[in-house]
Amino acid sequence: MIRAHIRSRADQSQSPSGLSRRRFLQAGVAAGGGMMLSLRLPSANGEAAAAHTGGFAPNAFVRIGGDGQIVLTMPYVEMGQGTYTAIAMLIAEELEVELKQVRLEHAPPNEKLYGNPLIGGVQATGNSNAMRGAWQPLRKAGAAARTMLVSAAARRWNVDPTSCRAQSGEVLHMPTGRRIKYGELAADAARMPVPESVTLKRPEDFKLIGTPAKRLDAPSKVNGTAVYGIDVRPPGVKIATLAQSPVFGGRVKSVDDAAAKAVKGVRQIVQLDDVIAVVADHMGAAKKGLAALVIEWDDGPHAKLNTDDILHELEQATLKPGAVAQNIGDIDKAMASAASKVEATYRVPFLAHATMEPMNCTVHVRKDGCEVWVGNQVLARAQAAAAKTASLPLDKVVVHNHLIGGGFGRRLEIDGIIRAVQIAKHVDGPVKVVWTREEDIQHDMYRPYFFDRMSAGLDAKGMPVAWNHRFAGSSVVARWAPPLFINGLDHDTTEGAINLVYALPNLHVEYLQVEPRGIPTAFWRSVGPSHNVFVTESFLDELAAAAKQDAVAYRLALLDESPRAKAVLELAAKKAAWGGPLPDRVGRGVSVQFAFATYMAQVAEVEVSREGAVRVRRVVCAVDCGSVVNPDTVRAQIQSAIIFGITAALYGEITVKDGRVEQTNFDTYRILRINEAPAIEVHIVQSSETPGGMGEAGTSLIVPAVTNAIFAATGKRLRKLPIDAATLKKLA
Amino acid sequence: MPFMLKINGANHSVDVDGDTPVLWVLRDVLGMTGTKFGCGMALCGACTVHVDGTATRSCITPVESVGKSAITTIEAVDKTSAGAKIQRAWLDLEVVQCGYCQSGQIMSASALLTSNPRPTDSDIDNAMSGNICRCGTYVRIREAIKQAAQSNAKGGRQ
Repeated sequence: MIRAHIRSRADQSQSPSGLSRRRFLQAGVAAGGGMMLSLRLPSANGEAAAAHTGGFAPNAFVRIGGDGQIVLTMPYVEMGQGTYTAIAMLIAEELEVELKQVRLEHAPPNEKLYGNPLIGGVQATGNSNAMRGAWQPLRKAGAAARTMLVSAAARRWNVDPTSCRAQSGEVLHMPTGRRIKYGELAADAARMPVPESVTLKRPEDFKLIGTPAKRLDAPSKVNGTAVYGIDVRPPGVKIATLAQSPVFGGRVKSVDDAAAKAVKGVRQIVQLDDVIAVVADHMGAAKKGLAALVIEWDDGPHAKLNTDDILHELEQATLKPGAVAQNIGDIDKAMASAASKVEATYRVPFLAHATMEPMNCTVHVRKDGCEVWVGNQVLARAQAAAAKTASLPLDKVVVHNHLIGGGFGRRLEIDGIIRAVQIAKHVDGPVKVVWTREEDIQHDMYRPYFFDRMSAGLDAKGMPVAWNHRFAGSSVVARWAPPLFINGLDHDTTEGAINLVYALPNLHVEYLQVEPRGIPTAFWRSVGPSHNVFVTESFLDELAAAAKQDAVAYRLALLDESPRAKAVLELAAKKAAWGGPLPDRVGRGVSVQFAFATYMAQVAEVEVSREGAVRVRRVVCAVDCGSVVNPDTVRAQIQSAIIFGITAALYGEITVKDGRVEQTNFDTYRILRINEAPAIEVHIVQSSETPGGMGEAGTSLIVPAVTNAIFAATGKRLRKLPIDAATLKKLA
Repeated sequence: MPFMLKINGANHSVDVDGDTPVLWVLRDVLGMTGTKFGCGMALCGACTVHVDGTATRSCITPVESVGKSAITTIEAVDKTSAGAKIQRAWLDLEVVQCGYCQSGQIMSASALLTSNPRPTDSDIDNAMSGNICRCGTYVRIREAIKQAAQSNAKGGRQ
């Protein structure tokens, strides 16, 4: 859902950095003194939306207090991706202050004000876009504030503003060496006119941007004082845990709760249509009570559902044409005249998010209002859902947002909040509803299952002249942001399948929306590309193999029109010593991608044991993500994304039997551990292009790098995830 | 019958069933929320505390099993030499991301460093493979333990 919007943003950024033209910035005196800048981040719909709204509707705020402290109120959420630090760096750079002078606050829920321009106006942090949305406007706001502070100082001294300079949180009069701190100037500066235009620093003058600045949230996360949603303790709070119908769509038939009520510390059993919650003094008692319940379920319409039924439906769907996501040239003609053909089908499974912080939400429902404490990526939605569930007007619902113990898409959903409010309506006082890990995994909303049909035509030299891709699966966007699902397509589900980096003269991509019965789906780290890039980069590898060509050389030959993609591939191959000697049963695999506005190439070095066990030994990643705000955060995000992707490649699979998710905890839904983690090298290409997203790109790309390496090591092409050790063992 | 627990040097009396895991006594009864819940089955290590200096999964440790042993949690691990070094290394190398598992990681790492001041890669694997990090900070965890061990060695020479 990104690419079109990014283009319009890039266009804007190339226009003169006019501030008044789009009226994105206003200044005023802050409540409690000091200076308040209100700014408008650009709208997703570009000119049309800007013209439509007419008046100035700020969605981000910068306050410079009398004490010199700078407070940003931003609609983005910190989930571990380093957003808070990087956002603060943008403003600190132009404002000429130290990073520690800047503090970030969560914006309260308000979709009108804080709607994310890159996600259809929903107040959400996701899709690797915080830095992309903030890059220009925040630096301009910082530069405008700096100009106004300098003007205020010049007026006070009665000197020419050009003889003054901002540095280290104060204004300096260069000829005399006089100085005034920003805090003392803030109130005066607030009355200065907002400059018509500002000049942004040149990249070579950056002091903060591009440096590995320390994360602002780290200290509280190493000493136990950081407060996540699960840590809130409003006075008198009770702890509840729950059993939801093990089959989606099922209901409670009967419950015997006598033994549960007898557990010490259990206060109340809440029985609703499709859930039972045990409310207790502490989670230990709540879990013990839950285990003592005897529940009979009516499994409902999905009682017989198995994963194979869903696969069969998807497979059947791809026998018919779908919505055309992209067409280049004439695929039929090209296929007919091809010297040879390659065909394959691929599939990827349902995946759970398994955030380390299990789902939880604390709610206090009163007659006249409702308070919610939660860590969530979509605050305004959370508030609206709580209001609706509690039958209260929106303004009677207060949502306190907290740190998120892992998002990965899970906390873009509000199912947990609705559930907690439903339960809290029956509890006198505040109640913290905590999912057990088993409930968390079995009642997630999953990365969709996809089935893909691929075919390609090669010319006499083995180069692709026709590329045909048809796939079926759930569209998360169609449910999550229906206006963005247009003519059977959305930019998210198809990202990574269309607009490939390679020069393919005839290309045809079709998508069929098939929603699985009885299994809710949701965004999952690296979203559309998490599926598509595995398919496209594996299939391209198949073509190289069919042409008996080296996997890197074959790709390079197709990248003449995409110099940034070519550069990252060349860099990754070089750093990984592509083509160099390797021990037996070890192979190298390569993959290239343009997604989330970032170019990336990876080489994975993988060992396959005689038992079929796969070990990723080393990963080399080259990335061109445009201007780098914080290189250490870029490295951290790539390391993280690669580990996340290896987990999916090796272990990730949610299966359904008799309507029930079969996996329960980290023993059956395995996560990569430190003893399995590869060495990871990250090489960043210097660039002054607009920043690309960083949180997700590495996840989608590592999966085909690993399976391509397995092919190199064993000759076995894996077209189904997760990697099946039994299949590989048969080869040994 | 209430249990007496010695936590971070202070005595606490708690009135819960004897089979109640220490995790919930810490978090919900005493309000010490630095120790985290991840799985409830000793599969992820988020709940790791020290019991007489040994890394212990509090989510499966019944309160009645602790007796007079001393419990140390993330809130006080900086009072131990290894804990302070590990925390410093964690900040120096910017280990944390979402941070949720890091209390447990730090407790496991500091117990390791106390018992083994110069751990090898395989020592680190053995001590840390019970701690899952969904953000995948493993590369940095390994580096940070090594850095803390080096500061250990320097400290020893002075």
